[in-house]
This record gives sequence, C-alpha cells and structure tokens, in this order.
Amino acid sequence: MNAMTLPNTHPTRSFQGLILALHNYWAEKGCVILQPYDMEVGAGTFHPATTLRSLGPKPWNAAYVQPSRRPKDGRYGENPNRLQHYYQYQVILKPNPSNLQELYLGSLQAIGLDMATHDVRFVEDDWESPTLGAWGLGWECWCDGMEVSQFTYFQQVCGIECAPVSGELTYGLERLAMYVQGVDNVYDLNFNGLEGDAKVTYGDVFLQAEQEYSRFNFEYADTDILFQHFKDAEAECRALLNAGAPDEAGRLHKCVLPAYDQCIKASHVFNLLDARGVISVTERQSYILKVRDLAKACGEAFLLTEAGGATFEAA
Amino acid sequence: MPDLLLELRSEEIPARMQRKAAGDLKKLVTDALVDAGLTYEGAQEYWTPRRLTLDLRGLTARSKDVREERKGPRTDAPEKAVEGFLRGAGLSSVDEAEIRTDPKKGDFYVAVIEKKGRAAEEIIAEIMPSIIRDFPWPKSMRWGAASRKPGSLRWVRPLQSILCTFGPETEEPVVVDFEVDGIRSSNVTYGHRFHAPEAIKVRRFEDYAEKLDAAKVVLDAERRKRMILDDARNLAFANGLELVEDEGLLEEVSGLVEWPVVLMGTFEEEYLEIPPEVIRLTIRANQKCFVCRPQGEPDKLSNRFVITANIEAKDGGKEIAHGNGKVVRARLSDALYFWKTDQADLPDLDKLAASAEKFGLDLKKPLDQRMARLDHLGVTFHAKLGTQGERVERIRGLARELALIFGADPDLAERAAVLAKADLQTEVVGEFPELQGAIGRKYADLQGEHPAVAAAIEEHYKPLGPTDVVPVDPVSVAVALVDKLDMLVGFWAIDEKPTGSKDPYALRRAALGVIRIVVENGVRLGLASSIIKRDSLALLIFLKGREFRDVGENAFAPDIRVLLSVEELKTLAYRMVDADNSATEQSLLEQNDKSLSDLLSFFHDRLKVYLRDKGARYDLIDAVLASDAYQASDRTPGDVSPAPAEASAKQTAASANNDDLLLIVRRVEALSELLATPDGENLLAGTKRAANILAAEEKKGTRIADAVDPALLTEASEKALFTAVDAAEKKAAEAIQNQDFSAAMKALAALREPVDSFFEHVLVNDENDSIRANRLALLARIRRATGQVADFSKIAG
Repeated sequence: MNAMTLPNTHPTRSFQGLILALHNYWAEKGCVILQPYDMEVGAGTFHPATTLRSLGPKPWNAAYVQPSRRPKDGRYGENPNRLQHYYQYQVILKPNPSNLQELYLGSLQAIGLDMATHDVRFVEDDWESPTLGAWGLGWECWCDGMEVSQFTYFQQVCGIECAPVSGELTYGLERLAMYVQGVDNVYDLNFNGLEGDAKVTYGDVFLQAEQEYSRFNFEYADTDILFQHFKDAEAECRALLNAGAPDEAGRLHKCVLPAYDQCIKASHVFNLLDARGVISVTERQSYILKVRDLAKACGEAFLLTEAGGATFEAA
Repeated sequence: MPDLLLELRSEEIPARMQRKAAGDLKKLVTDALVDAGLTYEGAQEYWTPRRLTLDLRGLTARSKDVREERKGPRTDAPEKAVEGFLRGAGLSSVDEAEIRTDPKKGDFYVAVIEKKGRAAEEIIAEIMPSIIRDFPWPKSMRWGAASRKPGSLRWVRPLQSILCTFGPETEEPVVVDFEVDGIRSSNVTYGHRFHAPEAIKVRRFEDYAEKLDAAKVVLDAERRKRMILDDARNLAFANGLELVEDEGLLEEVSGLVEWPVVLMGTFEEEYLEIPPEVIRLTIRANQKCFVCRPQGEPDKLSNRFVITANIEAKDGGKEIAHGNGKVVRARLSDALYFWKTDQADLPDLDKLAASAEKFGLDLKKPLDQRMARLDHLGVTFHAKLGTQGERVERIRGLARELALIFGADPDLAERAAVLAKADLQTEVVGEFPELQGAIGRKYADLQGEHPAVAAAIEEHYKPLGPTDVVPVDPVSVAVALVDKLDMLVGFWAIDEKPTGSKDPYALRRAALGVIRIVVENGVRLGLASSIIKRDSLALLIFLKGREFRDVGENAFAPDIRVLLSVEELKTLAYRMVDADNSATEQSLLEQNDKSLSDLLSFFHDRLKVYLRDKGARYDLIDAVLASDAYQASDRTPGDVSPAPAEASAKQTAASANNDDLLLIVRRVEALSELLATPDGENLLAGTKRAANILAAEEKKGTRIADAVDPALLTEASEKALFTAVDAAEKKAAEAIQNQDFSAAMKALAALREPVDSFFEHVLVNDENDSIRANRLALLARIRRATGQVADFSKIAG
C-alpha cells in the first residue's frame, strides 16, 4: 500500500485519521459520539458515559476518545511504548448486540487492518477494576501478537449487577496507530498525516508533556497537598450524595454526577500518591476500598435518576 | 444403531478451560442418557477455541419398556387403605387394578404399572437444556438483551449455536429439536472465523469433521498439537536451530487456534544479554511463542522465536511475523530495562542505612540495596509471622549454627541467608515471580559474591517437589534447611497447619524438602534438638512480643536473637510473662514443646509418604518408631529384666533421636534388607509367635518370670536359645550404638535358627509353673532383643 496516494486523514497515515475512522464507523453503527470527559481519569471506563450509563435498564450506545493518565507509567519520554498520558478509544453498547465480535472486527477493517493478512485473536482476559467495584469477562484482542483492544462483557459495575449486560470495547490508540503506521516509537507517530515541514508528530505534541508530568508524578507532586485532596474529594463526594438524596421513597436523586466527579478525583489523586511511592502495601488496599465505596454509593444513587432508569419502562 | 452429534459453538473459550469442558460435556451427556435407560457404544469429545463437540456412537434408539407390579391391600381392606394404594400407584379407580388370589392371604389388589420406553430423541431433547444451563464452568457470564432479566443463561462466553443431529448410519439423521434461552438446536455450524465464515449444513460426525477440515478447522486438539510441534521443530531445524519444547505452552497455543500455521520471528541479538530464562518467560507469558536455541547449545538462546498463527495469510505470514517481532522487541526492551535497573543503585539510599547496618549490608552493592529496601519497606511475609526482614533476621543466625554442623563456613551461610530474599525487590522477579532465587543468584554473581553464596541464594528454595534437585553444597544445605524449618516452625506456632487438601503455604512440600535434603545428603540433624527448640521458642517469644507492642512492652521484641541460649530465652520469656498475667513462662515452654512434637509427627507422616513413593515399606517406619530405641520410657511392665548396662544407657540417648530422620531411614533400610532374607522372614514369624503367646498369657495373668533363670532351663533348644539371645542382644545393642544397623540386623538374624528350634522342640506351657514362667521370660527376651530395632508386631506379613 502506498501511503502517499492515500488522503492524509486515512487511518494508516495519521493519528487523527485513525480516530476519525473509528468515529465514523461507530457513528454509522448508531453510537452517540461523545467528547472526552473533562477530568483526569485512569481509563475510558471511568467516563460517566461508561461507569454510570452501564447501570440500569436503559439502552445506551456511545463511543468516545478518553485521554487516560497512569502516573506510574511515566518514563520521562524515554520509553518508546510507555506513556503516563495516552488515548483510549472507548465503545459501550448496552445491551451488547449478539454480533459484537463481528462489529469489532469490522472496526479493525475500517482502520485498515486486512483480516486476510493479519492474525486477529481473542485471548482470555478477565477484566476487573477494584476501584470501581467492577468486573467482566472477555478477551484481550490480539493483532499479530499485539494487544490492540480489550473486549469485555460487563457483569458488575459499582458493585451492582449489570442488567442488561453491556459490551465494552477499549482500543489502545497509540499502539494501534503505531501498528498501522508501521512506526516503532510512539513519538514518531504521524499526528496530522502531512509530510515534510507540515508534518506534526506525536512527539511534537506530547514529548514535553511526558517529561514534565513524569517529573511531577515521581518527584515534584506535593504529597501533603495530595493527601488533603484525597480527603476533600472523599468528603465532598459523600456530602453531595447526601445533599441530593431523595427525601422520600420513589423520588429521584438530585446530585449524582457531581458526586461521581469527586470519586474520579479521589481515584486519580490516589494514583498520583501511588506513583510518589508514599502509599505502603497495606495502605494501598485501604485506599482502593475507599474509592470503591464512593463508586458504589454513586452507582446506587445513579439508579435513582432518570438516566439510571428510575422512571424507565422496558418496551 | 443411531449416532448422536452435538456441537456447542461459543465465542472464544479460554484455552485453559477447553479440555476439561469437553470432558465434562461427555460425562454429563452420557450419564444423563444412561440414567434415562439408554446405552451407547462409545463417545469421543473434541474441542477448539470456538466449539465443544461430542461424537456419541451406537446409542439405543429407545429406552426399554418397564413393567412394574405393585402389591396392594386385600380386597376387603378399609376404603382408606385402598385409596392410598391407588394414589401411590397412580391409578384412578380399582377397576385399573388386578385382583390376585393367594391361598393364605385371600384376594388382594395388584397394580401393574407399565412405563413405555421413550424415543432416544425425546430423551436427548429433554436432558440437553439443563446440561447446558448447569454446565460446570469455572467462571461464567450473562450477555445480551436476555441478561435484562434474572435467571438468564450463563455460559463461559456467549453461546452462539447448538448443533444436534441424531440417526442411524443408514438413514438421514434428524435434528433433535430443543431450545435454550432462545438458541434453537439445528444442523448448522460455521467454519474458521476468517477463512470460512459461511454456514455449513451437517449430517453426522463423518461429514461434520470433513467439512470443518475443509473450512479450515482442525477439530482434534491432539492433531493440532502434533501439527504445531512437528512444524515448529522442522522450522527451527531448517534455520539451524532447535526448538525449546514446552508442553504447557503447546497445550495453551493449541487452544488458541483452529487452523495452526507456524511462523518464525526474530529480535535483535543485543537482547540476548538478558538471561535466557527471562527471555523465554517474557516471550512465553506475553506472546505465547516458543523460543529456539542454537543446535547443540543447551544453555543459550537464539534470537528467533516460533509463532503459531490462526490463519494462512495472503502474504505467507510476513506481516504476522513482523508484527509479532515488534511486540517481542518491546517486551524484551522492558525486560532489558528491568535487568539493568536491578543492577543499578536505588534512589533514596540514605533511607536504607538503618536496615543496612542491621544486616551488615554493603550499600554499594545492588543486591544488598534490595535487601535493605525489603527490610526498610516492612514487606509482609505473613500477617501473623511478621515481615520478610524479621524472617531473614531469624534465619541468618540459625544458618550460622547449622553451617557449623554441616562443615560449611558460617560467614558464607549467614551472607547467603541475608541475601536469599533480596531478589524479591528486583524488577525482574516483580515481573516473573517464578524466577525468584534464580535471578538472585545471577545478581549475586554479578556483584562478585562467593560462588557458594550465589548458589545458595538460588538453591535455598529447593527441592521444589519430589523430583526437583536437592542442594548438596553445605552452604546451600544450611540455608535451604533453615528457610524451610523457620517456615514450618512458624506456621506451627501460629497453628496454621495444612488440613486435608488445603495447604496454601506449601508446608507439605517444605517438610518433604527437609526430609529429602537430610536423607539424600546423609545429614544428621535433630529436628527437636536444642538449636531448633531455641529458634522456635525465640519465634514464639517474638510472636508474643508483637502482641505486646501495643502495650509498650516492645523493648525486647526487636532484639530477640536466635543466638540467645535456651536459658537466656527462658529469662526473656519470664520477663515477658510478667507483662501478661494470663500467660506463664511454663505455658510458653509447654506450647513450644507441644507444637514441636506435633511438627515432628507431621515429619514422620511425611517420611512415610516419602518412603512409600520410593517404593519402600512404609509400615516399617511405624515398626521402627515403635521400637525400644524410641519408646524407652514406656517399656511393658512384664519385661523388666535388666538389660545390659551399655545398651540401657544408649537407649536413653536414642529415645531423644526420633527427630533424626536420617537414622530412622537407615533403620528402615536395614530392617527392610533383613526382612528380605529367609532368616529375617522366619525371625519375624518367630518373634511374632513369641509376642502373641506372651500377649495371650499376659492377658490371662499367667506369671512370667522377671528374668530368665538359667538353672530352670531343661531342654537343649531352650538353653541354646538363651545363649543365642544373650549374645544377639548384646551384639545388636553394640552395633546400634555404632549406628551400624546392618550389623545389628545380622546379629538378630542369628536368632532365627535357635528360635525355630525352640518352637519345634519346646513346649512353653509346661505343667511346672516355674519352668513355664521361665520359658515365658525367655520369649520376652526375644521380643526385647528384636525390639531394639523395631516392634515386629507392627510389621505386616
């Protein structure tokens, strides 16, 4: 395939082209195309469009890009594969359609992976998020031995049984882009698909950020302030859930989404503290449990809202 | 007779579950069919990542008609009784019952219940839904729109279709019609996901397997495995290499593909700087690929690896090999990073100074730094038994002491013990826990440790089972024993012993390890000796100390060292006891003794298993442990004649020796040799006879003389036996004292002839009470003489 004959927005030529191709594909399949959530999260699953919307009986189909932060994975921009900030492409389909595997394979075709030359495999991977009180069964999807996506049938989220079950697809965009562009170093990815002087690489966009944030994550972040942030977020989350709680049975909860924001915040602060190495093995578990308790409380409150299906009658 | 073909097609089933699931399917279906009154000739199960298949041959077409007669009450019985009978037999009126006449009982009702046989098809349709619903997956899930409601079908991954045909070879098979949660059985399946996604109509197993094969699905997992292995070997050979075979990986890989295609990938030679085990595990765990080595170089790896793809790619697999190579390179670059990081300085070294001082560590060396960090971070070994650092503190002192016993340099043993757990803090072990020990050894070599220290770091975990290598170097032996003993003593002290099938800390393996090290190296070590006893008591006090931490009595907890003498520890125990009125020093010591003696009998049990596995007679252990050598304190009252003085002194010493596993094994071996000879066999019979007579007479209360009076011996045979017993007993006792058990057995074997002759020519039950009492005393001497080596009554045969 001659890259130069393809338009610069082609998924094999530019990072942004890859995203656009996935957007188009899933939009055609009837998904709501959302924008990233405007908070720091560790994975696309944390977006309320997945965590909360996977609860309750209402159908929901959405796709979005989510910038994800994993402070511990910072490598000061020196590792060709590992980033403390990267993009996930997230698709959530509730209930999961019976041909979800075929839909997924279709999306790989759409970004230029030919199933006649590539070896795509579904390899057992049971997914669990201790902080979200969530688990599901599914696979790592391999393309030529590389894990390009996670494919999960959610069984439980926020400690609540999923009824119905959602199918969740998570694509690691940088990896996928490196693969389709044939690039070995993430910073060499072509971001805009142009060549010569007009070409913008992933490194042009993110290298400095990776260096600075690695310093922040591992060295500069003030742990006293972070500990305080964690406490504050925890307290605020509980306070908001209390404030919005229905005053009598049958009424709706009035303040779940802002409370859930605080849960997300607590989770990210915990990840930062973890990266700074100030959380001992035993404390670690107790922090995870604290975040999980918040997530559970938010999930339960969400079921008492419109979007959570409190007023929904299945057709 | 008709055959049944069943296929449950699913989204990808985890590789590790497929084999068992197919077996379960066979068992569940055949059991249910047999329960319903059908028989079959044969059943074979198959599996791929996307299907479980059962090929069942020669099923009976119908279950048999069953005729059952049920006796009822007499015709003149009360109405109630008749009603009850009708209800029980399922009849609606008496007209449906037969009346029989019995000359004695008169007329009575009989219900004849005829159950019509049912068509196999009907039975299959009835049993299948519940077999599918209740399938024993280790983990199952719900999915799709049906999961809106509770009670929807659960399966390992979404179940996609059910194929079920039935019929004799001579006819067109039919679809056995049933439905599970909206999935209706049919005669349709699908081929390879990418090569042949179209629907395939199937009649019976023969055309099913054939059509699948044409649709690029190899149904038989064993065939897939053979294909992969043969192709991989050939591909390696063609490249001048040798495949590093791996049965576990082969099994897994065969469960990831329906159409195996073997390809070769490469990575840069610079990664070969990483230890081969790390490379192999990296590529295996993350990529499920095989590694290769240059032909004839068992310790090296090549930079080639073998991929098993699931498709015949258009480009011959170029893209696939290229892609896999990229991932392997990325993984190896991580591994190389770990490998290098582990050899570099840790940040924040100044924080580690206290830990370094405690263990005499040199913070210029990487492995020393890791040990210091292990201690500094307070990494837990077990919630009740404290941290890894505390454990290392215990074992280093004990290692010194044992080293002295085994003739190892105590400084080296201590150093090895101090560094033994350091690699738990390395990146490589963090990534591959199974490399613990092996990696520590490599880093120890790299920082210039003494070879014996480096070896001991790896070998102290060994042996890891009945077939693993046993360490032989004295330094390794010392640390390996100490590590296992500390663990056993510790878990016994907190009373978390293995029960039934539960042994989460692999304590049985640890005990077997101790046995193998001791026996196979010929090491003499008293497991209840003062060294161990002290260590265990120190541990117990340490555990108490932890309890006291909260009440401000922590002053002694951290400084308890195993090098204290028993007396010092007793003093320490006393001090602690003062702080806690509920315990006493005595109770602490008693608790320690009790847990140690309990641990000792655990060792004896394990020893039996060990000897049995080696094909030895484990009943001989019971006999040996019941011998006077180990039971000196509870001699039977009827057996009080004074033993030769030297034997008696020796016996007392020996009685404390049932913790010397090596001696027990030596005795068992010698006894086993003796019993294999005709002399031994007869002596066993004679001794048993003597013991039986004695037991019977003791029970009757017959008088038995305290000692044999030579003057009362009348017959030549008994005189000869007395002389022989006297001599044999002395000789055996001497030999035992010299721990020459073969000689002891030989001495006893000499008794065979006189014993036989005695029983042949002498009547024990003489009319004369004195003579009888004297002869019984002589029999007691036989029992005592042989009792020095074993209680013969405990030996089978």
